Amino acid sequence: MTTEPIVLAKKRPGIFKDKVMEVLPEGGNLNSCLTCGACASGCPASGLEGMDPRKFLRLASLGMDEQILGSNWVWLCSMCQRCNWVCPMKIDIPQLVYHARRTWPRDKRPKGIRGSCDMALKHDTCSAMGASEEDWRFVVEDMADEVRQSQPGFEEIQVPIDKKGAMFFLNQNSREPVTEPDEMVPLWKILHAAGADWTYGSKGWAAENYCMFLADDPAWEQIVRTKVKAVEDLGCKVWLNTE
Amino acid sequence: MFAVRSGLQKFKIPYHFEIKSIIQYYAQWIREGKLKVSADWNKDIKAKFTVQDPCQLVRKSFGDPVAEDLRFVVKAVVGEENFVDMTPNRSNNYCCGGGGGYLQSGFAEARRAYGKLKFDQIKATRAAYCITPCHNCHAQIHDLSDHFAGGYHTVHLWTLICLAMGVLGENERTYLGPELAAVGL
Repeated sequence: MTTEPIVLAKKRPGIFKDKVMEVLPEGGNLNSCLTCGACASGCPASGLEGMDPRKFLRLASLGMDEQILGSNWVWLCSMCQRCNWVCPMKIDIPQLVYHARRTWPRDKRPKGIRGSCDMALKHDTCSAMGASEEDWRFVVEDMADEVRQSQPGFEEIQVPIDKKGAMFFLNQNSREPVTEPDEMVPLWKILHAAGADWTYGSKGWAAENYCMFLADDPAWEQIVRTKVKAVEDLGCKVWLNTE
Repeated sequence: MFAVRSGLQKFKIPYHFEIKSIIQYYAQWIREGKLKVSADWNKDIKAKFTVQDPCQLVRKSFGDPVAEDLRFVVKAVVGEENFVDMTPNRSNNYCCGGGGGYLQSGFAEARRAYGKLKFDQIKATRAAYCITPCHNCHAQIHDLSDHFAGGYHTVHLWTLICLAMGVLGENERTYLGPELAAVGL
């Protein structure tokens, strides 16, 4: 704990918090803090790097931008929104954190998140693990064949890809096709038993989106547009998330 | 899912379909009798289950109604008497620390310190299984059990639905503990 008073600069033009307020609906209510601490008391990231949501917002309000923008804490908050869920003034601290992430030069943002985002941009599958359309089709068809041949009662199970006009467009986390394809099978059996009219897409099927976590807006937008196009090209009525 | 929903809004992208979670349909299909599930397999075993409310599904997307759907499905497949809720829960639940890019970010020590709250919450239920209907939650909660020697198992919901329909295959049991590994085979 510091015992020295913090002296703020008299003129604080264009502080970070004010810039974020300009782009958030209702300014994210960022000026409405009552300092009650409900956010910090229920935040699992409180205390990491000596930071918590209330402190982060107070530092932002005081214009102490270097302390918040330079802190790794922006990557230790999961933007889970529990802080604004419990906030009596509905202050959007997660968006403040998101915009703080955006101020980091792209090549200084965590390598793992960046790599997953970049990988997803390589193929229209949007797979953060780099599965191509061919990889995807091969794994799904191979697994489906195996089920039909080896599992009694599922000789007729269908696992469609690019079925036009299906009601459901099902997505799938890349982890299954890439590392544990057997885990897709229970899902298929459930859809089969329910008699659901569903399909995977050869494009846009990957459920994950690390470009959002990377706070890379253009990449995030590109991924969303690719996924939307995949669903609309097939004319599906429901985009169905497996989680 | 949250990335798509919020991306559509943020970038003002027009679309002509509905966005749903399969959890909502699991509940609907069980209610309609299309998925014939039974918790009888757990009558004598009495394995205890808790469930993680994924932030992106509940608090950030569909709110408490989908948390109720989730509980309805879980109770139908493991037996109501074998379900133990965490506290707090539903929209008020704590994040596990797997989301936000945490698992990819390289801050493993901080991620586990963050997740300790979730770990303690799970341990307090004394459940042998934590059901995680989200991939980030699954990976994180599984890792927390390993790292802090929690001794609980971390399972996908689809595994238990198929177990409760009597159709779970031999190679689809990676995350079940030894006491359930042969149920219904």
